Amino acid sequence: MNAPNPIRAWDSRRQGRQRRLERAASLGFERRIATPRIKELLEAVIEPRDRVCLEGNNQKQADFLSEALADCNPERLHDLHMVQSVLALASHVDLFERGIASKLDFSFSGPQGGRLARLVQDRQIEIGAIHTYLELFGRYFVDLTPNVCLIAAQAVDAAGNLYTGPNTEDTPAIVEATAFKGGIVIAQVNELVDKLPRVDVPADWVDFYVVAPRPNYIEPLFTRDPAQITDVQVLMAMMALKGIYAEYGVKRLNHGIGFDTAAIELLLPTYATELGLKGKICTHWALNPHPTLIPAIESGCVESIHSFGSEVGMENYIAARSDIFFTGADGSMRSNRAFSQTAGLYACDMFIGSTLQIDLAGNSSTATLGRITGFGGAPNMGSDPHGRRHASPAWLKAGREAGGPDAIRGRKLVVQMVETFREHMAPVFVEELDAWKLKESMGMDLPPIMIYGDDVTHIVTEEGIANLLLCRTPEEREQAIRGVAGFTPVGMARDRKMVEQLRQRGIIRRAEDLGIDPRRANRDLLAARSVKDLVRWSGGLYAPPTRFRNW
Amino acid sequence: MENLEFRFTAHPARPAAGAALCGVVGSGNMEILIRPGDEADACTVSIKTSARGFGKIWEAVIADFASRHPVGGTRIAINDMGATPAVVTLRLAQALGDYTGGAQ
Amino acid sequence: MNAPVHTQLALRHSYFEASARSRVAQLLDAGSFREFLPPEVSQPSPHLAVLGIPGAFDDGVIVGSGQLGGKPVLLIAQEGQFMGGAVGEIHGAKIVGLLRRAIVERPAAVVFMVDSGGVRLHEANAGLIAISEIMRAVLDTRAAGVPVIALVGGSCGAFGGMGIVSRLCSAIVMSEEGRLALSGPEVIETVAGVEEFDSKDRALVWRVTGGKHRYLTGDCAELVEDDAASFRQSTIDLLAGLTEPAPGSSALRTEQKRLTQRRERFAGMRDGLEVWAAMGMARPAEVSLMDRDSLVAAKKGLPA
Repeated sequence: MNAPNPIRAWDSRRQGRQRRLERAASLGFERRIATPRIKELLEAVIEPRDRVCLEGNNQKQADFLSEALADCNPERLHDLHMVQSVLALASHVDLFERGIASKLDFSFSGPQGGRLARLVQDRQIEIGAIHTYLELFGRYFVDLTPNVCLIAAQAVDAAGNLYTGPNTEDTPAIVEATAFKGGIVIAQVNELVDKLPRVDVPADWVDFYVVAPRPNYIEPLFTRDPAQITDVQVLMAMMALKGIYAEYGVKRLNHGIGFDTAAIELLLPTYATELGLKGKICTHWALNPHPTLIPAIESGCVESIHSFGSEVGMENYIAARSDIFFTGADGSMRSNRAFSQTAGLYACDMFIGSTLQIDLAGNSSTATLGRITGFGGAPNMGSDPHGRRHASPAWLKAGREAGGPDAIRGRKLVVQMVETFREHMAPVFVEELDAWKLKESMGMDLPPIMIYGDDVTHIVTEEGIANLLLCRTPEEREQAIRGVAGFTPVGMARDRKMVEQLRQRGIIRRAEDLGIDPRRANRDLLAARSVKDLVRWSGGLYAPPTRFRNW
Repeated sequence: MENLEFRFTAHPARPAAGAALCGVVGSGNMEILIRPGDEADACTVSIKTSARGFGKIWEAVIADFASRHPVGGTRIAINDMGATPAVVTLRLAQALGDYTGGAQ
Repeated sequence: MNAPVHTQLALRHSYFEASARSRVAQLLDAGSFREFLPPEVSQPSPHLAVLGIPGAFDDGVIVGSGQLGGKPVLLIAQEGQFMGGAVGEIHGAKIVGLLRRAIVERPAAVVFMVDSGGVRLHEANAGLIAISEIMRAVLDTRAAGVPVIALVGGSCGAFGGMGIVSRLCSAIVMSEEGRLALSGPEVIETVAGVEEFDSKDRALVWRVTGGKHRYLTGDCAELVEDDAASFRQSTIDLLAGLTEPAPGSSALRTEQKRLTQRRERFAGMRDGLEVWAAMGMARPAEVSLMDRDSLVAAKKGLPA
């Protein structure tokens, strides 16, 4: 029996919190911070080497707080350890260039990927790890709990309750981890109102709020203009619907954000309905509110959608379709990235999305040389969760194709959908992913692979569908991939005889094997061919951002 | 720009139209014109393409098409603005469909 | 509720995104089109070949004859997807030749499906000369008593020299998606700065150059839905009542006076919204989202 340690303090985080709050109070700060004094507050409550969570995803951004933090005095604030979903804004990178922060744990960097890579090579930044969203959220509750979090909300009331509106996104996960482990929560809000439409974060979890000089930035990331969908994408969408969706009866799913899957969404009311698939596929979704899904919703093909975040311009449409979307008592959407990612991982039978490169083992990556970007939620969406236990027809069929009739588990369908060449004739199918060179040049532990080959079940290209579940040897798998790799060097190096055998066994299927006439692959099959068509389908409820308009 | 010329032997096509044009010379797209040729069991192809250095791929794409469809007795001319093989294959199928009146 | 929307949208053949060839097929009476200089006998541009740019067999414009609502017409259709519909030497010569043929053949009208950013800069003077020859040929054709009807609803709109050509025609039929102006939005931004004109603000671009604005200000005779069938019907209707008046200076003076007064009335305005408000539109902000029929009705209700 050890005596209680008299020296060990058991409430140091709480004391730290108290110390910071007292410093703020001594400077005259109350819960509401005058906009021009925000820097002063940050310098008072953040301490060197603190772990700071800066809210921002590929949609909503706490941009005002990010700029304020980047403007702080590096002699007072330095060596911060930033933990954040996305490194997207210039000010995010400024933090490191100015010496305010030195370590980073994140999930996705998008447009700042090039600057980030240079900082790593110049040793101005230490990367803890590149996570998936769920891993990062998980670590907020394990060993990366923030001392301070800087979040974004739509509105605040005088008591300090927050309304996050349709773009709730990551806020609940961040606030929960911070507020209940002695941390400090600071919110930027677009407006102070007398009465909130609903309370998304209760006031006693929020320490300070500031009204930002301009509304927080939101990127319309999931708006795909149907005008840009090509005939080839229509062909691939037809093959996917007939050869995978119909075949497995996929009802619960997640789609990537590219034009390939937008084409599928726009064929649901036309081609899929013509095949008699309405109600048999695509009824339940973990998905952002894609405007290209409006025609399918209006045609009665969709029953439910839970979303990671919202989408600019979709607010009124969502509010008017509360049977489909998750909305609050006020009528507006409530999104939640952590829950939707969990749904995408465990509750969906299929993920289908695009990528930039695929190797002969089926590994795929969007990583390109000279950029560190991470993959956000895609690796979780695009993986077979071994912890899953509940069965569904699609999951069982896939499991039995892989493991035979006595398989003791099912398989999630993980589908990669690509044209064999990207723009400028860059081949998608390659002998070796650029990820390996990136690993070397950046000194990473692992190559940045988005979706591991052993999770991929199908590859769809303009040449056909390869069903990797049915391959029995690594050689078969390789030839199945080469067999749909078209005229890329990888595709041309196929063993023609073996590919023909795989086709006989149904492992490779061409458009003609599926009874699809490529000449029907025409944009006329799309339920909407312009953003304006989407507005019409929505009965005028969808209000697209001006950059997507031609009226 | 690169000019490419190919000749393939193929089963004869049965034309329903004197000539067929498909596609537009726009970014990532191409136009293809099919006309009667001089030899019944051969197809000649002349290509003007904005992208240099892809002769081998063009040859493979069209050889593959000629092996799968009756295109003998035709002269094919292509003006290309960076169409991918996927687009080329689709346009070839569409143009041949128009030229033969849907019978392949 | 849902089925009609679906049927309606599925049956629509967008004029905006169609190729010139499919526009021609959908505009004329079925099976009536006869192409002059079809691709198999036409020549791609020698100027582009010198520059190492692949040409198009028809040099981006289709000319021919056909029937429209049973009446004989000659027809020109520019392909906006090839080099932005820009006018080069052969392209221009085909148009001019067609217009001169109209003077001889005297069809009910020449239908000019404009989809062009103007002169093809690659062909320099040859392109500029072609544009000026087209302008003269349009006026000659009209002077000979043959109306020239411009249809503007393609993705390149009618800009530069082709904006002028369009306004020289007897009448213009436009869709909301169509645009008509002299300098293109990107040109204005490049020359005068983003403060003067933000070419990426697409809603603004359409409020200043788009079909609704042109209809409200009287620059186009008819506004139609972005649908090949609507363009066809509107052109047939227009043809029924259209006669080309004998050329003379008094009509030109009247038009000059009207345009001078219009310029003074809307002087200093920077956005269609201001112009529409000044014209007496009750809720100018709603114009962009109105459908075609509501806008036509709203225009009828405006003070003269």
